[in-house]
Amino acid sequence: MSVDSIETVLTWIIGGLLALSAFLTLIRVTIGPSVLDRVVASDTMVSIVVCALGAYAALTEAWTTLPLLISLSLVGFMGSVAVARFVARDRDTPFIPPAPDRLEDDPRSLGRGATRAPQPGGRTGGAS
Amino acid sequence: MSLTDVLDVAGLVCLLLGAMLCVAASVGLLRFPDLLTRMHAGTKPQVLGVLLVILGVGLRTRSGLDVGMLVLIGVFQLLTIPAGAHMVGRAGFRTGQIAPTDIHLGRSSGAQHDST
Repeated sequence: MSVDSIETVLTWIIGGLLALSAFLTLIRVTIGPSVLDRVVASDTMVSIVVCALGAYAALTEAWTTLPLLISLSLVGFMGSVAVARFVARDRDTPFIPPAPDRLEDDPRSLGRGATRAPQPGGRTGGAS
Repeated sequence: MSLTDVLDVAGLVCLLLGAMLCVAASVGLLRFPDLLTRMHAGTKPQVLGVLLVILGVGLRTRSGLDVGMLVLIGVFQLLTIPAGAHMVGRAGFRTGQIAPTDIHLGRSSGAQHDST
């Protein structure tokens, strides 16, 4: 078994695995229940794209792809940071209490508002 | 089989391991139920998968300039990923998507350890 045949087989296997992972991640981006799930899936998609470009560079000896990878690894996180800042503004989103079976009677628990019902009239603007 | 062939095949094996990590992360993104577990699954190819791919590319280039660029790629990945993950986790906590009973900071609460 020569090196060329090994390279051909592994090229097809690597391409198929990357395509499958990108497809499954795209499913999570589509059906994610919240915005943050979609953000996490989008970060994973960026890393899959980095892996795919690196594999392309390694398999076809196209080394001009490497500066593109540098720029991707630099700016890949800015989208997630922007969306996270947009989602969680300070004291703009009310605390959603967890499900009733997850409530904890311990007042020292870390859940803000988990031990008391949320005030219906006006929010308590306190420094967090 | 010369040394060049051995290095080429080793680089291909590193690429294959990175692709398998990407598949594992996507399956974890689909199967896990919570935001924190999905973050845990989704950050696997961002660090280990990308580093394995970089190692594979470096085993196949064997030139100084390209290896320097690959080291830069790895350093930038390791610098920027914790910032994004921290922002996403903080946003999830502030919008109430993380149950407070899932967070343990070492303080021994008197409540029973629920098996959820």
